[in-house]
Amino acid sequence: MALWTLIGLAEGKATTGWPLKPGPDGQDGVIGMPRLESERCDAGCSICVNVCPTHAIALADEGLALDYGRCVVCQVCVEACPTDALTESNNWAFGVRARDDLRTAASVAPVARPSPSRHSFHRSLHVRHVDAGSCNGCESELQALNNPFYNLHRLGIFFTPSPRFADLLLVTGPVTRAMLEPLRRTWEAMPEPRWAMASGTCAVSGGIAPGGPCLSGLEDVFPVDLYLPGCPPNPAAIIEALLMFLGRIQQRLHRGKMNDE
Amino acid sequence: MNVAVRRHFDRFELEEAARTLRAQGGRMIMLYAAPEAGGTQSVRYVSSRAGIGFDIWVVPADTAIPSLATIWPLLGWYERETADHRGIVFSGQPEPFSLIAPLRSAEEADLRRLPDISGDAVQILPFGPVRAGVVESAEFSFFYIGEAILHYVPHLFLKHRGMEDRFTGQTPETGLVLAERISGVGSAAHALAYSQAIEAAAGVTVPDRVRYQRVIVAELERLYNHLHYLGHLADTTTLKVGHAEGVLLAERVKQINARVTGSRFLRGVIAPGGMRRDLRIDGLASALDELRQPIRKYINRLDASESYFDRLATTGLLPREIAFDQGATGPVARASGLDRDLRRDHTYAAYADPDLAFSVATHETGDADARARVRIAEIENSIVMIQRAITLTPTGKIRIPCLPSPNSEALGWAESPRGTLIYAVHFGEDGRLARVKIKSPSFSNWRVFPYTVHNTNMMDYAINEASFGLTIAGCAR
Ligand code: SF4
Ligand code: SF4
Repeated sequence: MALWTLIGLAEGKATTGWPLKPGPDGQDGVIGMPRLESERCDAGCSICVNVCPTHAIALADEGLALDYGRCVVCQVCVEACPTDALTESNNWAFGVRARDDLRTAASVAPVARPSPSRHSFHRSLHVRHVDAGSCNGCESELQALNNPFYNLHRLGIFFTPSPRFADLLLVTGPVTRAMLEPLRRTWEAMPEPRWAMASGTCAVSGGIAPGGPCLSGLEDVFPVDLYLPGCPPNPAAIIEALLMFLGRIQQRLHRGKMNDE
Repeated sequence: MNVAVRRHFDRFELEEAARTLRAQGGRMIMLYAAPEAGGTQSVRYVSSRAGIGFDIWVVPADTAIPSLATIWPLLGWYERETADHRGIVFSGQPEPFSLIAPLRSAEEADLRRLPDISGDAVQILPFGPVRAGVVESAEFSFFYIGEAILHYVPHLFLKHRGMEDRFTGQTPETGLVLAERISGVGSAAHALAYSQAIEAAAGVTVPDRVRYQRVIVAELERLYNHLHYLGHLADTTTLKVGHAEGVLLAERVKQINARVTGSRFLRGVIAPGGMRRDLRIDGLASALDELRQPIRKYINRLDASESYFDRLATTGLLPREIAFDQGATGPVARASGLDRDLRRDHTYAAYADPDLAFSVATHETGDADARARVRIAEIENSIVMIQRAITLTPTGKIRIPCLPSPNSEALGWAESPRGTLIYAVHFGEDGRLARVKIKSPSFSNWRVFPYTVHNTNMMDYAINEASFGLTIAGCAR
């Protein structure tokens, strides 16, 4: 055991400083959500609407409407688009407080549920995770948060086994009917105030698996305070969403547009 | 149709054929229900003869079919699943109750769970489905006295998503998006097996460049999975630094995956007819070179830790006969002395190229130690194969047209990091998918796993479960 501790110390510089200090976010090369510029669309074209496997794209009055809450980042629309109205992007920081901020054509101003007060978390956040029917891709990235590269603890965020000590319930998967009761029980066991997060496109909208033995995401069960689409959301995207929820960084996506676009 | 023999059987001939297959050294793989002309159903039995190919038996399912679970026990779960989803009756099934449905009543629970165990001291510990830590949901029932586990029953289908049915009506392209999301940490193997099935149905052969690029992607998947596995196993033996280093190495491979393919899970590259994008290969060879030393050192350190391999030795014993009868696959099967690997036995992509230096690792002891050592050998072989495939990849096209004709059907397969993965695809009159069946390695190995838990103790359970390297999503689909 002593040998391992020594080695761990000697090679211990694995952790990135990101996002609070300079350092890599670890997502070089990751292809993110498609970028939509509907002014490039040919009149009458609806190719992407027909190929998108999750019906994330629809024809609206003002051109195309993309709901990132349904997007599984498959790039099928990007490949199909003849006019580069849909293009590949490296944007993955899609955590939002209001569901409508994931829609490029939200007709009303997005409304979020009340923010947690500054004093709610005593400088740390405790998260209880429930898998409600994921493909395990989302779990793989949640597990990665505790590897030495991201080292989530350094940010004062902890996964807790007990719902009784949890502030935030983080749910993955579309919510299968068989997981509905265990999910509700976990929620009921959490002390108030409590918050709920839908992590991954499946939990946000049902993703690739709405209907049949599944519901269409966490909203079908109880109100959601934090949405993070992605298939799966990568560890840096999860970190940004959680810090944004804590008010420590800004939300980057508003009405389906990234701040810097 | 890429199978050696396809035979139509009457149900009365079935048991005889099943016994003959066994006597001749063949291997039953799976069964599933398929649509037939005129709206009827058949049951397809897929078996394999190494070096020859897969055989498919087609048996009409208009009346009850005799269960083969006593001749080929591994078929037991397939029969129960098929009864659940397609209403087909298998007469003489030794476990005649639902595999998929959640328990609805106490009596049903009793019927399903209660083995012949009685006595005041026996307690039942239900565990899950929401468990400690960030893990997949499943429920386990332990029958135990003190530390001793007498009997163990896993309930694995709470996260059943009905994925196979979602393929119906899809095009080959949109079906691919589903295939990549059956088991996230097996996305590349699923894309590969699925795409090879579609290509076989269309009767096309992919260009050589594709064959080598697919090896690179598939072996990157094995690499990050096996490294994560070693780290997770170290965690269960309370070797904390061994855990941190293993999962850090897995993270580094995932970051390489993103640079090479755009996806940490290697999604969006393999597709029917070839590759959706050329791999960004520059930098891969040197990135792997940089990883090779740390991986070697990590494995040496594990080897030097008495607390690691000592805890693994004799834990979770899986005898060779049980491994064969109950359908163990992948590293779990190879660690129990079964010398099987689709990359060699039913070769695909570029694995038959001797310059790739592919080799199959086996072990005899069938314990957690053997399962870890098989995976360690595979980690080393994967790195070699990726490096060789980089230099062996010829220039050329990366995608060709691939359009299966109406009513075509085929099998596709891949040796995933967890073992045999098979897709059976059937196209309808409209040229869209009419039926997809997925035989996943975790479905097979979960069936086997309880045999290594009965009559052991609580102390070993977590180590044993980690040593199997199972996913719930792949099993439940
Ligand atoms: S990338 Fe998103 S929007 Fe485009 S086809 Fe895929 S799911 Fe639909
Ligand atoms: S969002 Fe994507 S990665 Fe996450 S569970 Fe759903 S399919 Fe899997």
